[in-house]
Amino acid sequence: MFEDKVLKKIKADKEKWERGPLAKSLSKSPEAKPVFTTISGAPVERLYTPLDVDDVDYDRDLGYPGTFPFTRGVQPTMYRGRYWTMRQYAGFGDAKSTNERYRYLLEQGQTGLSVAFHLPTQAGYDSDHPLSMGEVGKVGVAIDHIDDMRVLFDRIPLDKVTTSMTMNAPASVLLAMYLAIAKEQEVPWEKVGGTVQNDVLKEIICRGQYIYPPRHSMRLTVDLIEFCQKYVPKWNSISISGYHIREAGSTAAQEMAFTIADGIAYTQACIERGMDVDSFAPRLSFFFNAFTNVLEEVAKFRAGRRYWAKVMLDRFKAKDPRSMMLRFHVQTGGVTLTAQQPLNNIIRVALQTYATALGGAQSLHTNSYDEALCLPTQQAVTVALRTQQIVAEESGATDTIDPLAGSYYVESMTDRIEAEVDEYIKKIDAMGGTLAAIEQGFIQKEIQNSAYRFQKEIESGERVYVGINKYTMEEPPPSGLLKVDMSVGQKKAAELAEYRARRDQAKWKAALDKLREVSSTDENVMPYVIEAVTAKATVGEICDVWRDIFGEYRPKEYV
Amino acid sequence: MARKIKMIMAKPGLDGHDRGAKLLARICAEAGMEVVYTGLRQTPEMIVAAAEQEDADVVGLSSLSGVHNYFFPRVVELMKQKGMEDVLLVGGGIIPEEDYDFLKKSGMGAIFGPGTPTTEIVEFIQANVRQR
Amino acid sequence: MSVDYAAQILEGSHRAAARLISWLEDEDERAYECMRKLYPHTGRAYVVGITGSPGAGKSTLTTALTRVIRKSGLKVGIIAVDPSSPFTGGALLGDRVRMSELADDPDIYIRSMATRGFLGGMAKAAADVVRVLDALGKDVIVIETVGVGQDEVDIVGVADTTCVVMVPGLGDAIQSMKAGIMEIADVFVINKADHPGSDMLCAEICARLDMDAQLRERGWVAPVNKTVAVEGVGLDEMWLSIESHRKYLLDSGRFYDNRRERISREALRMIHGELFRVVREQLEQNGRLDAAVEQLMNRKLDPYTLMRDIVTDWLSSSQCKRRRDEDTQS
Ligand code: B12
Ligand SMILES: Nc1nc2c(ncn2[C@@H]2O[C@H](COP(=O)(O)OP(=O)(O)OP(=O)(O)O)[C@@H](O)[C@H]2O)c(=O)[nH]1
Ligand SMILES: [Mg+2]
Repeated sequence: MFEDKVLKKIKADKEKWERGPLAKSLSKSPEAKPVFTTISGAPVERLYTPLDVDDVDYDRDLGYPGTFPFTRGVQPTMYRGRYWTMRQYAGFGDAKSTNERYRYLLEQGQTGLSVAFHLPTQAGYDSDHPLSMGEVGKVGVAIDHIDDMRVLFDRIPLDKVTTSMTMNAPASVLLAMYLAIAKEQEVPWEKVGGTVQNDVLKEIICRGQYIYPPRHSMRLTVDLIEFCQKYVPKWNSISISGYHIREAGSTAAQEMAFTIADGIAYTQACIERGMDVDSFAPRLSFFFNAFTNVLEEVAKFRAGRRYWAKVMLDRFKAKDPRSMMLRFHVQTGGVTLTAQQPLNNIIRVALQTYATALGGAQSLHTNSYDEALCLPTQQAVTVALRTQQIVAEESGATDTIDPLAGSYYVESMTDRIEAEVDEYIKKIDAMGGTLAAIEQGFIQKEIQNSAYRFQKEIESGERVYVGINKYTMEEPPPSGLLKVDMSVGQKKAAELAEYRARRDQAKWKAALDKLREVSSTDENVMPYVIEAVTAKATVGEICDVWRDIFGEYRPKEYV
Repeated sequence: MARKIKMIMAKPGLDGHDRGAKLLARICAEAGMEVVYTGLRQTPEMIVAAAEQEDADVVGLSSLSGVHNYFFPRVVELMKQKGMEDVLLVGGGIIPEEDYDFLKKSGMGAIFGPGTPTTEIVEFIQANVRQR
Repeated sequence: MSVDYAAQILEGSHRAAARLISWLEDEDERAYECMRKLYPHTGRAYVVGITGSPGAGKSTLTTALTRVIRKSGLKVGIIAVDPSSPFTGGALLGDRVRMSELADDPDIYIRSMATRGFLGGMAKAAADVVRVLDALGKDVIVIETVGVGQDEVDIVGVADTTCVVMVPGLGDAIQSMKAGIMEIADVFVINKADHPGSDMLCAEICARLDMDAQLRERGWVAPVNKTVAVEGVGLDEMWLSIESHRKYLLDSGRFYDNRRERISREALRMIHGELFRVVREQLEQNGRLDAAVEQLMNRKLDPYTLMRDIVTDWLSSSQCKRRRDEDTQS
């Protein structure tokens, strides 16, 4: 970035400064601690100068927004054209109560929807399954069948709003319901936009909602991607997620590295299916975390964009620039939020939102200040949404693109994170790829070790955590928490019995039989899943068909 | 041979939040305990069977998905049925403080919420565990 | 003793067995009274060892195999051994995670054990625990060892059939074949046969077995099974291999030879352990050990003489005589 002559002078001047003013200051009053590190444990120097970015080549490494290597952003105008999509992850109780929350949020200026399903749906069980007892509607919305889905999107036009669905092992079932509802609303599939998470690898790594052995799960994942590429072109057919990896304890660089490793595995699987990389890669999307250390997060996003672009170009020989774009959703760091002095969380989320804006995300969920207490109350979620609106409208972060580019610190940290990502990817390649690295527990153990290190730092007081190990105070127990009562489960169970009795049995049976037949072949299951949900098969029934054929999976859990 | 505290660390229900449970399992092992981690998706029956077969001194239940009031008392009840009243039950996760009383009355030894130092948990276990 | 654990175990009480096993692990005196009562009821169960390198899929295989065994109605006991930390003495016992689907079958008993500093891939009390599970009425006892290297082959001292698990693509096949692990296998299992390279590994093992067969006459050539434990594939065949090994042992008389040898070895080991314990206790109590060490340091005494003197003294000591009397009385 700088000429040699300039660098030489800076080097000399810096040494002079170190020997002179710095040494003098240090001798009078030493710094607060011997080493400074980011929350990820990465070292932070006292001062960054051009010397730290001497091998950055502007054209090669930074370039221009919307062009390779996309370090500065994926669109030429970024937020000057349109802000990120404000998309609060929400769901609780039954479809009706969640639909009300959605319409409230849209009224308040939210610009996209994001469905949080209850755990039985995520695990492929109906609400009346024995393993669903006590769980129905507790931490997400209970969706068992297409009628629930219709209620969920009641009075919400699917051509006007995009929807993200956090659904993984049974992703195709829920997407099928969504597409069926779009059809009912007479919205053509070409116009339907949104995302389905469909990322089973990270379920095995750190989220726990797996059902089938990896090989079969990957097949379902690829079926969905292939189907969308043909029939739902605006749909993001996967959201390759680092968010959960970070929440489970990883560092920023590990979050990026392991997510990209997963991305490589999915891309590889699609190519092995016979798809051309440029036919599906533009619809691969990503999902990351934003912690409170603003500058490290910005560097992470920039490093990720640059690295992914190179992966797609070099490894997969993509030609379409859109295949090389790391487009991503962000959720602010839930695990950074405390149960103690919960209002402090508003400040943390504001900083994390700022990091996301400076980092160039495409959409964002902001956590509520009651994150560590319960599902968000209406008041808390409103503040969270307003936080996004304030950062977008008032902070100025959105006025210019990638405003931190050229900061010696941020550029140098971008390089460092990219190098660390590269090192991990090489290691994972050497192990035989992502799936092998997961099977050997490598990725899980790396995450666990980081989580452990972080906990030790907090408990030793080495890292300050406001309200936890410093500035603590006595507080009355929190009140007014959001609660979902057990009656939802009873209601759902009764309603399911009726639903099953009422449907056209012959049609229902034929659709499930057909699905069973096709699932044991190589044919894409998606069209048959759509038929099955339309014939009123439930999530649990469809997942059971696959349980019979694929078997159930219990990954090794590394401690 | 010195006696070791044997602990079961379990995740009842469909909850996938295991960061805290794994962390605690590791830290209790470092404190000299022998910790059996059951993994995710345990039914109360599975947890109690494990506690019985392993002759656990402590059973830890971690729940962050709002199902504590359903699962914890069921585990306690099954333990009672098997005459395992002397086993210390501890729990933690996202549990509203207003539920603590109910859970303790139903037989939980203690409940720990987010932000609790793990040393506090280890000390509690060491101080309250049974003799065999 | 207020509760008769032995009687309860003979009636099938998991809880009683669990407590007795804890005592055995702790070397708690209370265990031995029970063990004496149980001994006549042991020797019936068939013991299968599963060993192999870390992460080879031993726990997954154990689980899948147990499912197959249960189909024939046999009751199963599982002992899963994991290492203790040499630094903290604690242990993380993670094998059970894979087995949780078996957890609420009342005819399966699973026990996780830590090595507590014992080398060889096993827990010290494992042989005793086998007897407890045997007395508990388990027909087959499956022992999963610690993920082992090459020297940790203690499993053969306990198992009737030892299964060695290998996986393709690790490149350690040839390595380990040179070492002891080849020798101890009664059955080879190539797990993760869904990974590339399983045919090659199979060929390598077979070639090595052929070579062995030419070198010396063997009544039993270890069969090589391929499995995909995560998907439950190949487990019926693995169980058949184990059963045919069992049949071979019984038909050839090796079964009883092995057991006789094992019992003799174990008896000696126990005698050794107990003698050592009481002698050491006495030496520590009367201060003779410290004094002797001092003399050894100064070369005033040599350890050979010390050993002879101590043993002679002990044998003629009143303490020794008292123990003898006590034992004849009881
Ligand atoms: C990390 C996290 C995740 C990660 C989990 C990663 C992982 N592998 O663990 C990810 C991103 C995957 C995730 C997903 C979800 N999450 Co979440 N998550 C959190 C979060 C932010 C932090 C939890 C955490 O790990 N903290 C750090 C650890 C160290 O602390 P801890 O577990 O609390 O443990 C401490 C104590 O509680 C106690 N403790 C805990 N367990 C035990 C056990 C014993 C025996 C003892 C003695 C003590 C003890 O000691 C520990 C040390 O202090 C919380 C909110 C928060 N800030 O707490 C939400 C939260 C728990 N999640 C929530 C929800 C709803 C979900 C989802 C269900 C959403 C959805 N519908 O899909 C999903 C699904 C997860 C699943 N598969 O089940 C809700 C639960 C709401 C409720 N209970 O009412 C919360 C509270 C957020 C919110 N307000 O909405 N989540
Ligand atoms: N692909 C594949 N993976 C398998 C197979 N069997 C086991 N695994 C995976 O291999 C990993 C290790 O399995 P475990 O059964 O825990 O192995 P282990 O030998 O018991 O491991 P330790 O007890 O830690 O030594 C897990 O990720 C399993 O899911 C198989 O047949 N194929
Ligand atoms: Mg194992």
